[in-house]
Amino acid sequence: MLTLENLSTADAKRPLAGLNASFEAGRIYTILGRTGAGKTELLRTLIGLDPIRSGAIRLDGADLLHRPVRARQMAMVYQQFINYPHLNALQNVIFPLRRQNVDKATAVARAREALALVGLSDFETRMPSELSGGQQQRVALARAIVKNARILLMDEPLANLDYKLREQLREEFPRLLHKNVDGVILYTTTEPGEAMQLGDEMVVMHDGKIIAHGDPGDLFDNPPNVEVAQLISDPPISVCDGRIFGGMACFTDGSPARLAGGGLHDGTAVRIGIRPDALAIGGDIAARVTLAEFSGSDTILHLQLPFGQAAMLLDGIHEFQPGHGLDVALDAQSLLLFSQEGANITGRIG
Amino acid sequence: MNRTYLIVKYLFLLAWSTFVVFPFLWALSTSFKDANAVTSGARYIPWLEFEPSTQGWKSLFTSGSQGINIVTPFLNSATVTLTASAISLVLGTLAAYGLSRYQFRAGFVKNSDITFFFISQRIMPPIVLAIPFFLMLREIGALDTILGLVIVYIALLLPIAVWVMIDFFGSIPKELDEMAMIDGCTPAGAFLRVILPNSLAGLVVAGMFCLIFGWNDFFFAFTLTFTKTQLLPVAIVSLNSSVTPWWSLSAFALISVTPLALVAILVERFMSRGSLSGAIR
Repeated sequence: MLTLENLSTADAKRPLAGLNASFEAGRIYTILGRTGAGKTELLRTLIGLDPIRSGAIRLDGADLLHRPVRARQMAMVYQQFINYPHLNALQNVIFPLRRQNVDKATAVARAREALALVGLSDFETRMPSELSGGQQQRVALARAIVKNARILLMDEPLANLDYKLREQLREEFPRLLHKNVDGVILYTTTEPGEAMQLGDEMVVMHDGKIIAHGDPGDLFDNPPNVEVAQLISDPPISVCDGRIFGGMACFTDGSPARLAGGGLHDGTAVRIGIRPDALAIGGDIAARVTLAEFSGSDTILHLQLPFGQAAMLLDGIHEFQPGHGLDVALDAQSLLLFSQEGANITGRIG
Repeated sequence: MNRTYLIVKYLFLLAWSTFVVFPFLWALSTSFKDANAVTSGARYIPWLEFEPSTQGWKSLFTSGSQGINIVTPFLNSATVTLTASAISLVLGTLAAYGLSRYQFRAGFVKNSDITFFFISQRIMPPIVLAIPFFLMLREIGALDTILGLVIVYIALLLPIAVWVMIDFFGSIPKELDEMAMIDGCTPAGAFLRVILPNSLAGLVVAGMFCLIFGWNDFFFAFTLTFTKTQLLPVAIVSLNSSVTPWWSLSAFALISVTPLALVAILVERFMSRGSLSGAIR
């Protein structure tokens, strides 16, 4: 088990502030956060590339802080395709094994096995410059997997790949990563879908802090605060201002959100989160399209509603010009209620 | 259109090649002339326009009034240049790696200041350095010796090596060093096993610069030696007398330029095979 105890850094671009977490072997932890949230800094600190200011990192209770990078039993896949340019694909994968004093024949056999796992058996003798971006990242992945490291760190490994390759590797990753059954896998990403799909557990980071940690489904259904709710949803949850009236949450135009008021007094300002799938065409709320964008085979409509702005997700491609008016309905089951401070106080009305 | 373009292209290349090669051809032609052939107007083609003579070449291997034996100066130059270049390259590469990968700070002095300090050694006019070098070498009894010249040339070539290699290491992502350490290397191991093999192109460029500057230096070879130790550029001066022996000078110039030309051709072959091409995405 990998444990972080009050881990803080000072020198990194995005300082980490008092992180506490435990990561069990055999599970994939996806770390979700925006660019600059501190995800990469966390991985670099764990592996020993960036210094810490205070706190502790323990692996099965043993202190890791005083071990040099090479002795931390970790492997890492970078966002950039980092391979050794002077070595071919097979030699790249053999490299860490030879540093572990694995004999040459065994190293070659294990490296071939790892390359086969990532589908590069026919590319053993290719130099990294002769491989495509996706193939280079597969070599990097094979080099990380072959070590059988106790901790496998993956820093947005799909970020620099094109859409198609990203989809393909994302589908393959669960199979590849579960080969590392004895290790802890930490996988950072900015994409909620990727984090939900790959993670046995999800950690959400914001401003150098861990703001949520738990089962991806639970976090999605019941985010602890507005930051997590916005990070975990793609397209993000829209947040409108509201107030409590008669023990219920209402939007600023007085229309009811049909959410229990969370025990707050009448007149208390609240924030109402509208999931993109909470809105549907056909209803009694007049809306105006401000922007229509396409995401894969979906359409995201940005709407001006009487009580604020919200995004609506539609299946399929729909052409809407900015300024187009339409009536929409709001599903109260897909709304969330947050206090002014951002805490989730959603209570459903039966 | 394509044909015209090709003709124009090759005509231009032919003209340019002639322009570049002509001084060498002229020197080669002159080295086989005697005094009459040199002074009686422009003549280029041996046997047709003048009777070739090997007097110029022979004079370079004859001691005494007939010429000067250049074997010893050639070996001296080779020893000084190769030794100083090799040491400068090793020290310069290590210094450049340190400066490109680690942050140093001593008071207000930072990495950029240290780098500038190295480069500033080449900004100063050589005459400024001549007297201190002379006094220091005299103090340690290294004036007019191979050792003294090697020491001075290291001081002169080191900035070039540092300058070239800092720039080169800057183009290699630090993540490569980090990955090597994650994969089990010590910092020194990462440098030797990963960074150095990927720096061959930079090392060759820095090495070439060191060899060229070292081999061609006249000023320090002249001011820091007397009679005992003579380098090639100084030896050529001693060929001058009341009548300039153009035939000997031409032969001398060709011998002098041959080692560097050979190195350049070898390096070019090596580089064109792709052996030095980096591949960092």
